[in-house]
Amino acid sequence: MNTASTPWWASTGFWKKTAIWVTAASFLLLIGLTFDTMAKMVAGSARVPDYTVINRHIDYRYDDQKRRFMPVIGGEAPLFGKVLSTEEAERLVTLGKKTIQAKNCMNCHTLLGNGAYYAPDLTKAWLDPAWGPESARPLLMKLFLMDPEGNARTYGTGRKMPDLGITEKEAEGIIAFLKWMSAIDTNGFPYNFRTAEGG
Amino acid sequence: MVRTLDGAHLNGGQKLAVKYFNVAVILFFAQLAFGLLAAAQYLHPDFLRGVLDFNVNRMVHINAMIVWMLYGFIGSVYWFLEEESGRTIVGLRLGHLAFWLLTLAVTVVVAVYLLVQTGPGDDFTRWFVNEGREYIEAPRWADIGIVVVMGVFFYNVAATFTKGRWSGIAGVLTLDLVALAGLYLAGMFYVTNISVDQYWWWWVVHLWVEATWEVLVGCIMAWALMHLLGVRRRIVETWLYIEVALMFGSGILGLGHHYFWIGAPEYWLAIGGFFSALEPIPLVAMVVHSIYDAGVHRLKNRNHPALAWVIAHAFGNFLGAGVWGFMHTLPQINLFTHGTQWTPSHGHLAFFGAYATINIAFFYLAVQQWRGNVWMGAGLAGGWRWKWALGLLSVGVLGMTVALLIAGYEQSFIERAQGGSTWSAYFAAQTHPWFVESMAWRMAFGWVTLAGFVLLVWDLLTIGRHETRTAETLEEEPALVHG
Repeated sequence: MNTASTPWWASTGFWKKTAIWVTAASFLLLIGLTFDTMAKMVAGSARVPDYTVINRHIDYRYDDQKRRFMPVIGGEAPLFGKVLSTEEAERLVTLGKKTIQAKNCMNCHTLLGNGAYYAPDLTKAWLDPAWGPESARPLLMKLFLMDPEGNARTYGTGRKMPDLGITEKEAEGIIAFLKWMSAIDTNGFPYNFRTAEGG
Repeated sequence: MVRTLDGAHLNGGQKLAVKYFNVAVILFFAQLAFGLLAAAQYLHPDFLRGVLDFNVNRMVHINAMIVWMLYGFIGSVYWFLEEESGRTIVGLRLGHLAFWLLTLAVTVVVAVYLLVQTGPGDDFTRWFVNEGREYIEAPRWADIGIVVVMGVFFYNVAATFTKGRWSGIAGVLTLDLVALAGLYLAGMFYVTNISVDQYWWWWVVHLWVEATWEVLVGCIMAWALMHLLGVRRRIVETWLYIEVALMFGSGILGLGHHYFWIGAPEYWLAIGGFFSALEPIPLVAMVVHSIYDAGVHRLKNRNHPALAWVIAHAFGNFLGAGVWGFMHTLPQINLFTHGTQWTPSHGHLAFFGAYATINIAFFYLAVQQWRGNVWMGAGLAGGWRWKWALGLLSVGVLGMTVALLIAGYEQSFIERAQGGSTWSAYFAAQTHPWFVESMAWRMAFGWVTLAGFVLLVWDLLTIGRHETRTAETLEEEPALVHG
């Protein structure tokens, strides 16, 4: 196979140029899409709500037009009985996010479906029927997070969340974070999820 | 006559490479050991509760895997750097220093993972204990250390090629390392908005594993085929460019398959679905390329175990990364499989098939040279060991993959489609006999994998020890006949 008999489409030079152009074009396209996506995912956008959404009632319902499930933001329903300002809400959700990272939650649970599979997905945990009516939910969640072994319900698996030394403030942060996360438009994931209100 | 492992047989880069390989094997063991602990906790949830909880075992399991693979890749590059560039490595002493720095950092990080485990929800924990983001849990101080070490590695590679000679492999490798080090920076900041967090987190995780690592392995494989079979440079380099075009062409925008459900716009469903569906194509190219070359050379090669592992790599990469990835990459399927045992099923076969195999191939190349270019062809004393190690490791990983796949199917149907993805649906799926039996089978095949590992280490320590022959020299590549 000498160089003279090699057709252009099998030559090293052709594929070298193709590799460079394809890589550059793909990467530039990704950069452009990243700018667009960042603008559409900023907290306070249509897809990712502002942190003050924790002051509101949240549900997750089937949208007949889109043929998928969507978060539905309702009227006022403050968490822990107090309407928080923009700064207060962001501070509380931030404490929750930092605690979720510090306690390594993602190596048992999934968040937005990513993580480990030893414990339930947290994407819509705030809306899960297992946590009872909305009036009791924050307290039940707080008690559980602060003493997960004492309040364990293992549903027959025997798996118990370990005691991670979560403080009351951190627990409130986690709950605020979970409530905020449940309002993110995740393109219909999880599918067919029924909220406590039967959404 | 006993042939010992003698550093006098190695060039400067190879002496550094075997250090990396030694630590890689130790971390490989850590991966398996902590994987077994985590697997056991699925069956016996009280096992080690409060001492080493599942999240700790699982974190060490996946981190040890990432790091041993990186050690293997870095070692492989140092292994062939002098031969490929035609000169001694520039800044080799700095390279040795970087190795010790990295190894010290890895030791401290793992010790803190095991002894401190978690901390309060503040910045200190993220900087010094655990960042809590899957795969890149290493605290921030270690991130900075990793970037510094990668900088030294890049300097060794780029400066050596610059002062020596460039080649197609050298060019692709150097540019790939820029991307590899640069992408890691995308994971080194904190943000409360989890959608934005996961967007950048995938830049590191996906663009490493499904793009830059694949190209790095393409370079390593290209060199290995020339070295093992005597394939002509022009052929492997043309194939390397084809693979780069196909891998980056599908893999960069294939990133979108991680953006389906994290809050990103709907157009990612189409972009991610389309480009990630193309991701198996370069892996088919790699199979064709390696099998064709092996056939042209009538499988005549210098190192039977290494070639067998290279072939295992070609098929494993295609099956694990390609087929298993493709099976659940379209959003219409992924809506039901995302966050179930489908993912670890794919993960186990893909990481083994794409990366563990090629590293093991290089371990065999290393011991061959380390014992003074010893014979590793037909009639090798104790040759059953490498064959059984290959068989047990492959059967073990495949068995775990299939067991996890069954568990994943069961979850998709019972938890997702029927149960509506609630917590009670999750637990209904976790306690279903199909799931529980799958976890038992996964455990059993985990032990098979460990048996394969033990045999592999025994073989690596002893292969060629009593061999008197030296490795055969390769013939010139036979000319292709045009009809």
